[in-house]
Formats: sequence, C-alpha cells, structure tokens
Amino acid sequence: MVMRKTLIRSAIISAMFGTLAALPAAAQVRDPVYAGARSAGQIGEQVNGYLGFVTPPGADVKKTVEDLNIRRRAVYADKAKATNATIEEYALTSGCLLIAHTAPGEKYQAPDGSWQTRTGAAPLRDPRCP
Amino acid sequence: MSDVRPNHLARLGIGISLVLALALGGCITVKAPDKPIVIELNVNIKQEVIYRLSGDAAQTIDKNAEIF
Repeated sequence: MVMRKTLIRSAIISAMFGTLAALPAAAQVRDPVYAGARSAGQIGEQVNGYLGFVTPPGADVKKTVEDLNIRRRAVYADKAKATNATIEEYALTSGCLLIAHTAPGEKYQAPDGSWQTRTGAAPLRDPRCP
Repeated sequence: MSDVRPNHLARLGIGISLVLALALGGCITVKAPDKPIVIELNVNIKQEVIYRLSGDAAQTIDKNAEIF
C-alpha cells in the first residue's frame, strides 16, 4: 500500500515536471515586460541580432529592451572573442537564428529592413543565413 | 452637306485613334520591378563565417535564454 502511494506520488510529480518541460524554455525566463511587448508586436528581432522597436515604446519597454540589447552585446562580444570573429559577425549570425526562432505572431525584420509578422511559414531572411 | 458631315466625323475619329495608337506604341514603358529592392546589411560579412559561427551561436542563445 505504501509502495503504491509512493508510485502514485512520483507519477504526479513527473506529470507536473512534464508539463513544465513542454513549455518553451524562453517563455519561463523572459522578463514580463519583455515577453508582453514581444507577443504584442511592439518590439521585434532585427537582422543585426538586437531587438528593435516596431512602434514607439513606453518608458518601461524602452528601458527593458535597451538593457537586453546591452546584455546581448556583452554576450556577443565575449563569444566573438572566443570564436575569433567580430562582434558584428557573431551578432548577425545570432540574428539569423533568432529570426528563425520567432513564434507566429511575433515581429521580425526582413532583409529589406521592413517589419514582418511571423506566420507558420519560414521567415524572410538574409540569403547568407544557415 | 448635312449627309457628308457624319462621314467626315467618322474619318476624323479613325484618324485620331490611329495617331493615338501610333503615339502610344512609340512610348517607352518603364515598369516597377516586381521584387522589392534588397538592401544588403553588413555586406562584408561572408556566408562561410556565418556557417562557422552558427553552431556556437545556437548554444549561446540556449544558455542565455533570459536575454533572447
């Protein structure tokens, strides 16, 4: 009986973790201001690997996005040095991947500089993107 | 006189349309391109470099999910 209870409990726990794991990893860790602006299409992924404003931002969104871009640049700089590349090369490569990772409804920048809304189809990307 | 007039008008009409057709035929038409004009950003960055970095960049994005 005790054995059975333990089994049931572990089944419940694993089911709970299973649901958590099913959520996209980024959705759990993104700042709520960032996540909100992103899903509302106020901001989008640019070709250059940084976030851009699709519509004029409010003070909180502006600050959050600027902070994220500074942190992105720091990561790009660090990794560019490690891979013997320039910050721009590493950032542009990341931009390719980040645009590919956008979810339907989110905004991204096309190679011509225009803002596009991601659909179920592949996004418009630079021909050099992997 | 009055029975000649319509004939004149008809001829004039044909003449005008002929002249118009010739004039239009001689025009040079400029069509807008059907594809958008693409502005290449960071043109100096080569595809080989992007391919070389893409594996590393994918890992970096996963490990720093809170900023991406």
